[in-house]
Amino acid sequence: MGRAPRTLLIACGALAWEITDVIRLNGWSHLAVQCLPAHWHNTPDKIPEAVRAKIRENRGRFERIVVVYGDCGTGGLLDRVLTEEGIERIDGPHCYQFFAGREAFEALHDAEPGTFYLTDYLVKHFDRLIIAGLGLDRYPQLRDDYFGNYRRLIYLAQVDDPALDTAAEAAAQRLGLAYERRFTGYGELGTFMARAARPMEADDGDADGRLLA
Amino acid sequence: MADNGQDLDLNALSDDDLVQQMHEDLYDGLAEEIEQGTHILLGRKWTPYDVLTKALVEGMRIVGIDFRDGILFVPEVLLAANAMKAGMAILRPLLAETGAPRMGKMVIGTVKGDIHDIGKNLVAMMMEGAGFDVINIGINNDVDKYLGALEEHQPDILGMSALLTTTMPYMKVVIDTLKQKGLRDDYIVLVGGAPLNEAFAEAIGADAYCRDAAVAVETAKQMIAERWRSNQPPATA
Repeated sequence: MGRAPRTLLIACGALAWEITDVIRLNGWSHLAVQCLPAHWHNTPDKIPEAVRAKIRENRGRFERIVVVYGDCGTGGLLDRVLTEEGIERIDGPHCYQFFAGREAFEALHDAEPGTFYLTDYLVKHFDRLIIAGLGLDRYPQLRDDYFGNYRRLIYLAQVDDPALDTAAEAAAQRLGLAYERRFTGYGELGTFMARAARPMEADDGDADGRLLA
Repeated sequence: MADNGQDLDLNALSDDDLVQQMHEDLYDGLAEEIEQGTHILLGRKWTPYDVLTKALVEGMRIVGIDFRDGILFVPEVLLAANAMKAGMAILRPLLAETGAPRMGKMVIGTVKGDIHDIGKNLVAMMMEGAGFDVINIGINNDVDKYLGALEEHQPDILGMSALLTTTMPYMKVVIDTLKQKGLRDDYIVLVGGAPLNEAFAEAIGADAYCRDAAVAVETAKQMIAERWRSNQPPATA
């Protein structure tokens, strides 16, 4: 290869594996990724200014910087930062939507607002991020305070992995929720990365044709 | 509750020490101890209003400060809230009987498409503790449910909550409908929820954004007082 990365993706750590896999599958060695802590999922107020700092730290080192975060509970503050910095991000409020696709996700939510979603990352780190993150390891009696209004858990699967499926179903049982699995693949993440991978002057068309994800 | 490995007899404490102990028990989320302390103070002829304000609300105020300052986190606040709820369950019927001071009335609910209610319930409880009549209409409320509750209960305040970025815009739907019906100025509209901020509240035409339950109570008291003053006839010379 030998080419220095020209485009930087600043991403949530929960997407690191998926992003590096898409880069590997497509041979996009000109893309680099830097991640911020995934556990900020539970404290999104930390995200906007940390993203700004990461942008400023890397401005001038790359031809292009893009951000792979949804709004992620920042209430529009991340978008305000990105507008001020002139940086694009992947569309959507959260990774559930850009994995599932906008229409599919909205249909899932409309059908049952009380749906708790897991991705591959969240299944792998369920104990740390959900159980310990919400204090349920110390106070299991709070389960229904957090999840009493939920009815089902949907595992949005990025890869086919029976072990993850089993773990996700166990997570649903632990939370007292009905279980469902939907395979999404990388969804709109792959499409967004394909656009980021193109030379800047060619960034005006459909890139899906050469995407492996 | 244990003190150096031994149970502490709440009955043996003076009033001041018992109230102090109840603050600590609230902080530690000990519901049974809060129930016991509440009964003891009532047995000592405390008014339900004094038990509420001096033991429970003051205890939760301390919890709120430490949550705001990052000393306590959501699980601990939930435990404290559940302990306060246990005390409130004892006091609620007594407060109604004894005619405790009333601050005003609030209808509060989570918006359509959103089933999150932890913060909203905490606000409802602290508003009730501050002397407001609170009608909590639950989760996933569309505009018709809000309007129906406003019509039925005629509150001073409408509170709306959302946790999701995707559902918070629905607050504007409710406010715009109130405007269309000429009802907007009949109510103080307070909004809250993790992804919200002051700019959003202003943009949708709410009266205020409340970042936590303590701010909601103070904002409500202040706005009710302002409304009361503005409705008074001018003083004559």
